[in-house]
Amino acid sequence: MKIIIKTISILIILVGTLSMMSCGAPTASSNKGAISGNAAEKVYVAPGEHDSHYAFISGGFSGQLSVYGLPSGRLFRVIPVFSQDPEKGYGYSEETKPMLMTSHGFVPWGDSHHPDISQTNGSIDGRWIFINENNTPRVARISLKTFETEEIIEIPNSAGNHSSSFVTENSEYIVCGTRFAIPFPQRDMPIKDMKGEFKGALTFLNVDQNTGNMDIAFQLRMPGFNYDLAHPGRGKSHGWFFFSTYNTEEANTLLEVNASQNDKDFIAAINWQKIEEYIDRGAGKKMPARYAHNIWDDNKHTATSTMKREVLVIDPSEVPDAIYFLPIAKSPHGCDVDPTGEYIIGSGKLSASMTVHSFTKMLKAIEDKAFDGDAYGMPILKFDAVNYGLLNQPGLGPLHTEFDTRGNGYTTFFISSEVVKWNIENLEVLDRQPVYYSVGHLMIPGGNSRTPDDKYLVAMNKITKDRYLPTGPEVCQSAQLFDISGDKMNLLLDFPTIGEPHYAAGCAAELIKDKTTKIYRLEENEHKYGVKSESESKVVRKGREVHIYMTMIRSHFSPDNIEGVRVGDKVFFHVTNLEQDYDVPHGISMIGANTSELLVMPGRTATFTWEPKEVGIWPFYCTDFCSALHQEMQGYVRVSPRGSNVPISYTLDGDIPGE
Amino acid sequence: MIKLLIQYGIALGALTFFLACGGNSDNPASSSSKKTKAKSMVAQKIDPMKNLGVGPIKTAIVLESEINTEMADEGKSIYKAKCSACHKKDKKFIGPAPKGILERRHPTWIMNMILDPEKMVKEDPIAKELLMEFNGAPMANQSLTEDEARSILEYFRTL
Repeated sequence: MKIIIKTISILIILVGTLSMMSCGAPTASSNKGAISGNAAEKVYVAPGEHDSHYAFISGGFSGQLSVYGLPSGRLFRVIPVFSQDPEKGYGYSEETKPMLMTSHGFVPWGDSHHPDISQTNGSIDGRWIFINENNTPRVARISLKTFETEEIIEIPNSAGNHSSSFVTENSEYIVCGTRFAIPFPQRDMPIKDMKGEFKGALTFLNVDQNTGNMDIAFQLRMPGFNYDLAHPGRGKSHGWFFFSTYNTEEANTLLEVNASQNDKDFIAAINWQKIEEYIDRGAGKKMPARYAHNIWDDNKHTATSTMKREVLVIDPSEVPDAIYFLPIAKSPHGCDVDPTGEYIIGSGKLSASMTVHSFTKMLKAIEDKAFDGDAYGMPILKFDAVNYGLLNQPGLGPLHTEFDTRGNGYTTFFISSEVVKWNIENLEVLDRQPVYYSVGHLMIPGGNSRTPDDKYLVAMNKITKDRYLPTGPEVCQSAQLFDISGDKMNLLLDFPTIGEPHYAAGCAAELIKDKTTKIYRLEENEHKYGVKSESESKVVRKGREVHIYMTMIRSHFSPDNIEGVRVGDKVFFHVTNLEQDYDVPHGISMIGANTSELLVMPGRTATFTWEPKEVGIWPFYCTDFCSALHQEMQGYVRVSPRGSNVPISYTLDGDIPGE
Repeated sequence: MIKLLIQYGIALGALTFFLACGGNSDNPASSSSKKTKAKSMVAQKIDPMKNLGVGPIKTAIVLESEINTEMADEGKSIYKAKCSACHKKDKKFIGPAPKGILERRHPTWIMNMILDPEKMVKEDPIAKELLMEFNGAPMANQSLTEDEARSILEYFRTL
């Protein structure tokens, strides 16, 4: 097999070379970038074999999180998070609708951005993955056992929750920085009076280490800059969090120009351990707020949404030596901390050089009070006093840096469409490879940790143009996989992604794969309308509501003949999958139901509603191909006129179920 | 899912076999009588009371002469929760009735059928036949433990 692949690869190279020779045009072959002869072998995962790594790639404006295998680039699952997903019934079933509740009501869509995996002792631990929503500020927590969204918390006083959801090295906090400065609290005022009046909330969510449940620990009411990205300190800098800012000009219009006036913006360095001490001594005040907190109960198979009313707000003036500003080259995006915790790297999008600050020098500068004035009372540290050095002219439009364990950084350049490998200590560029095209973030598994797993790098591109077969005006965005185990980066694979692959997190498959849930135990099913056996299946009328307690197993529903439903009723199908075997979901759909199907995992119960509008006999059926008799898995509901005296009855094979 | 497709494929293949060999009758009743004939031909070769089946239980189970009623009660409740959607105790339903099964099958075969139905319908001749007799409806693996399956077996003794 290997020989065949090698032969094919050689042929491909030959054909490429020939075409180049014959046409003289460099297009096709130069677009292969750094591809080497044995790239196909390196990404080939034989049928039935498993990938070595998981990649969790944000779905961007799809609102979801996708799960890929590396190195194959195969898509395994799209986890619904912030958007409804009719394929899985997420956001349509009665149980999951509360997950999408917000202070603005039910929001069926979101814009997911930066996934980050939970950590213990500075290494990712595979318990949960967090992801932020930009538009209606929220953070979600997804279980890496079930690969389902278990919790979503809304962030009040924030707008454009962009610099989020990054995790500290023991998962103490998840952070959320607002992209828009807004009045805090909201009020009616002229937009042009923004400067000094708007604020920027930096929110710290704490995490219950047993349940994973999040809560807002505190919000810092910072100046009205725009907060773009963030990363936690680690190792020696554990206890600090670093946020990049732009629009320190506080412009409220034509930011394209007006937010690019200052030569330097800031990285805000926040000593959260010190802030905790201040809080213990009574700092901060509770302010009224409204934000939804939605929690999934894995035993009840049901989410509840609670509207919270209060948040602890800290004014920077209350925590005098906990917040400093580090000047950084103009309009930074990435704000990245290397695995040792010493280097804080700011990628000034509009600057010719990248800024590398030193944590050790920062502490010294604070001690020496090496200040260059202040911003709204918070000291600005002298650039030279904190700066380790500059990486000069590495490329155009630096965006984001991740790291290997050998002292190197890997930075994406949006404008020049390339990934650059450089040595941090020597500030020396070691390699550069083109990407296709306009790369945003990149991901090295374990990239936001002390212990990156530095075999692969995934570059995530915003534009693909000619890279794939065209599909009309809208074409896919993409990821590109590099092997970074050698001195030079080797491009191995392009693969298309869902939505916008904004950012990603990854880990070795071993961290997760043997711990994943296979089935839900029926005996642990505490769903209010769940039934444990077919004999408990039934239909109950409650005024104008009809509750069907239905079961499914290969390959029938119980009951499957139901009469006594009337036009104008609201019919609840509470459907329990009685299977206890891996990979045997059943689906159900009802003609005319104004909602999605349900897809019910073994042992689970889920509910959809149907409001029949016409008399007649209306069928339902199983939507997920479950067995040789899947096509036979179907049933009927008789709908009689409103006011009819046809009594409720329900049967399976002519009998009341269980008799 | 793949497994199911394979099973579907096997079922289809077997059906095709029956249709092809079972002859030219359009009458479904007649083709089902052919099925029965084919079945009895295979069954003749095996003594079902000696066939242990294939699966996790390799050595023959020897039942105590007395029924353990505590275990049987436990088995009854597990049976109700995990099996009754497809089996009625004394009438053919999705699958066969368990009443009298100990006169038809070896206890070890029953255990293996409960614990690894996928392997049984692929490899055990009687289980294969049953799959066809019951319209290709595969027996669900309900992920029971050996103890749970043993309790159900004890319950079957009371029927």
